[in-house]
Amino acid sequence: MNEIKTPRGGSNYQWVGKNTPRPDGVDKVTGRARYGDDMIVPGMLHGKILRSPHAHAKILSIDTSKAEALDGVKAVVTSADIPDHPMAQPPYPPIVNDFHDISRNVMAREKVLYDGHAVAAVAAISEEIARDAIKLIKVEYKVLQHILDPREAAQPDAVVLHEDLFTYGVEPKPTKPSNIFRVMHGERGDLNAGFAEADLVIEREFSSQPVHQGYIEPMACIATTSEDGAVELWTSTQGHFVQRTLLSKLLNMEMAKIRVTASEIGGGFGGKTTVYAEPLAIRLSQKTGRPVRMTMTRSEVFRATGPTVGSKTRIKVGMKKDGTITAGEAEIWYQAGAFKGSPIGRAVDTFFSPYTVANCKAAAYDVCVNRPKVAAYRAPGATMACYPMESVVNELAKELGLDPVEVRLKNAVKEGDESLMGTKHGRIGLVEVLEAVKEHPHYKAPLGDNEGRGFAVGYWLHGGGLSSAAVNLMDDGTLGVATGNPDIGGSRSSMRAMAAEELGVNVELLKPIIADTGSLGFSYLTAGSRTTYATGMAVVNATREVIDKLRALAAKKWDIPVEDVRWDAGQAIATDNYKDIKPLSLKELAGMATSMGGPVAGHSEINASGQGATFCAQLVDVEIDPDTGFTSTKRHTVFQDAGRAISPDYVEGQMQGGAVQGIGWALNEEYIYDDEARLQNTGFLDYRMPVASDVPMIDTVIIEVPNPNHPYGVRGVGEPPLVSAPAAVANAVENAIGQTMSDLPLSPPKILAALHAQAAGDD
Amino acid sequence: MARHLINAMVNGDRVEFVCGTGQTLLDVLRGELHLTGTKNGCGTGDCGACTVVLNGRPINACLVLGAEVDGSEIETIEGMAQGGELHPLQQKFLDHAALQCGICTPGILKMAQAYLETNPDPTETEVRFALAGNLCRCTGYDKIVRAVLDAAAEMRASET
Ligand code: FES
Ligand code: FES
Repeated sequence: MNEIKTPRGGSNYQWVGKNTPRPDGVDKVTGRARYGDDMIVPGMLHGKILRSPHAHAKILSIDTSKAEALDGVKAVVTSADIPDHPMAQPPYPPIVNDFHDISRNVMAREKVLYDGHAVAAVAAISEEIARDAIKLIKVEYKVLQHILDPREAAQPDAVVLHEDLFTYGVEPKPTKPSNIFRVMHGERGDLNAGFAEADLVIEREFSSQPVHQGYIEPMACIATTSEDGAVELWTSTQGHFVQRTLLSKLLNMEMAKIRVTASEIGGGFGGKTTVYAEPLAIRLSQKTGRPVRMTMTRSEVFRATGPTVGSKTRIKVGMKKDGTITAGEAEIWYQAGAFKGSPIGRAVDTFFSPYTVANCKAAAYDVCVNRPKVAAYRAPGATMACYPMESVVNELAKELGLDPVEVRLKNAVKEGDESLMGTKHGRIGLVEVLEAVKEHPHYKAPLGDNEGRGFAVGYWLHGGGLSSAAVNLMDDGTLGVATGNPDIGGSRSSMRAMAAEELGVNVELLKPIIADTGSLGFSYLTAGSRTTYATGMAVVNATREVIDKLRALAAKKWDIPVEDVRWDAGQAIATDNYKDIKPLSLKELAGMATSMGGPVAGHSEINASGQGATFCAQLVDVEIDPDTGFTSTKRHTVFQDAGRAISPDYVEGQMQGGAVQGIGWALNEEYIYDDEARLQNTGFLDYRMPVASDVPMIDTVIIEVPNPNHPYGVRGVGEPPLVSAPAAVANAVENAIGQTMSDLPLSPPKILAALHAQAAGDD
Repeated sequence: MARHLINAMVNGDRVEFVCGTGQTLLDVLRGELHLTGTKNGCGTGDCGACTVVLNGRPINACLVLGAEVDGSEIETIEGMAQGGELHPLQQKFLDHAALQCGICTPGILKMAQAYLETNPDPTETEVRFALAGNLCRCTGYDKIVRAVLDAAAEMRASET
């Protein structure tokens, strides 16, 4: 059962909050929609990448002569074809785009740093020849010792990946290179006093494994270079404008010479936010003068594109008998992968964020290890910090005999409170979310044998930032709505609904498109749950500009001041002073526009701010099979403050999809390496994501506490469900078997071992 | 690599193509016949994105060789809507918002279509198991299962 709760009463909107037809829907159910690998360009070549079989090795030499000599091979590239860049220098922003690293990640230079690291690439007239050609490339390696665990890699005597990496943010400046790139801290209050006040203090260690975003569409792109140097790129990405920026800096090309078109995208979840094969395809097309298509295999996706971080955590939390959390202290080590830059700031921000903990301290370490460089995965950095905290809060509540939801309510952050990284909350909906949990029948439903119920709450500060939009009125009164954000899960519907609401016309009159980088102002990624918020704001602005122009047009036609013309329900209306002037409809105005001054269009380029926190709570019932240790999810309800659900079906879809990804993360998914640090589970058979028969229906409760900074009150909804889902599932397992499970995933062997240990202890 | 001249019926059209011994049916559909509606999510039979109906049975096109389909009948997503009308499953997927990114959708639609022919009145659990070979990373399956059940009900009603 899905429901929507709007504590401040409903809305009178015509399109916003309604399930309107999806503009790209028919193309996607008929196979017509074109994704990354669906573009066929005459004369195109096929690119293939040679990848390292070693996790850590020096490259002594690369001999490409045999490959180049193979009939049908048109070009080979190595790191010599990718410009080198100096290392970024401090002071570092929270997220560092270091082209020194990016150039080495797309193509290994001095060393290979993970199994699957790209070493060379070829373009040939067929895929088969390209595959044969890469086998003819001879690479001489000197294998080095590898390191996979972030806490081991953080030790002073650990083997280092980068001789030129010195820990940033510690004094005095280190003289020895390290795998720790930086440490981030957050602190408030007096920890000792806080722990002294507590009636119960629990300290535990946790770990989680890297998991892959698991988008079903592998990366794919086609690059074409013309004789005048202009590059056209078609690619499956979460941000073609960001790709253009990265490619222009990486390849030292003028931005205007690179035009990127985003294909339809078959899932991303944060994984398609950077460049992988694109620069190689461009270099191969420059060398050959022909279009070059590069599509990764699934095994390449697993081995060489960023999963999310794996983590190790130490956490200590103190609680009073009445449930007040008095103090919290956490340290977390994130696996950045081969290059620096894991989302440690989010970890610091996440640990204690749902709660008004007066005394707390968090530290997070960004540690390089011989794994693929991490990429974002749906709420990057938050999930691994939410899980330990919510597990300990669960345990504290249980030990003190308190209701888990009441404990959260007692400590819940409200308007005016501040997160540990300094975000001061505006109007937020955590209390409303928790109240909705208490009222829900799931909360008190009886449990069967071997079943346990878990509860957890998560926090995500969603994104705002740079977005552009254009709304173009056509002569017949239909409109085009252009944005620069690839539509991953129905955002066209939401953009269209907001524009139609502003105009007061039927959504079907508007056709939303995703414009290429040559056609619109810069738009940041479809990521961080920012699109409906930030790009939606740009769409509303652009639509309002169209409305203003139409009012001016009507004023001109009527020869009255524009202030005397208002816009309502799809028409320009003169104020009551002009009783005999009949309103002009959008269609009528559109018909006269070109002859009365010119085409009508609106556009908006903004840096959206004012975004707020979103909270998502989940109730999960699991059943454990005591003979096999297998966990099945029996019931799952997601409660989330969406601010305002523009397209409720698709908000529910985000909640359900995130919940099921969380089930996979908590119970099953992990990277398995052999002794040589070669990835063993490079396919969906062994990297087992949830399938339809693994999960129940996922019930949703959308809570609407509008964000006053957005014209429709939107909060980002994509990420929050994955923040708390693994924690809720883990708590359910813990409650079912009666012990803390501190090492995700909670796969059957681990649960069985815990059950056996328990039985042995009981004897 | 040896080349083979193959004749087959694809979505009711007689087609002829030449394919290499190592090329899969998926390679042929996408690369030679330019029917790119059938997707490649893994190429190893693990995701179901390439599901098509071969001689009445749903199969993973990435696990069948192009050379094997001589004389066969193949139905792909491109043939599912007939005469400008969406198939009930396609319509229900839109009505229930059963797709987000949509990359899994063609395979799931073909799988569901073939399954409902063998079991027109399935339970939720049966639908879940019938679709267990088709990965969807976006939706959590909830709306997909509902759409299939609803389409099945509508198709049963229009039979009678
Ligand atoms: S592409 Fe055939 S099953 Fe995945
Ligand atoms: S809708 Fe994206 S994989 Fe199913």
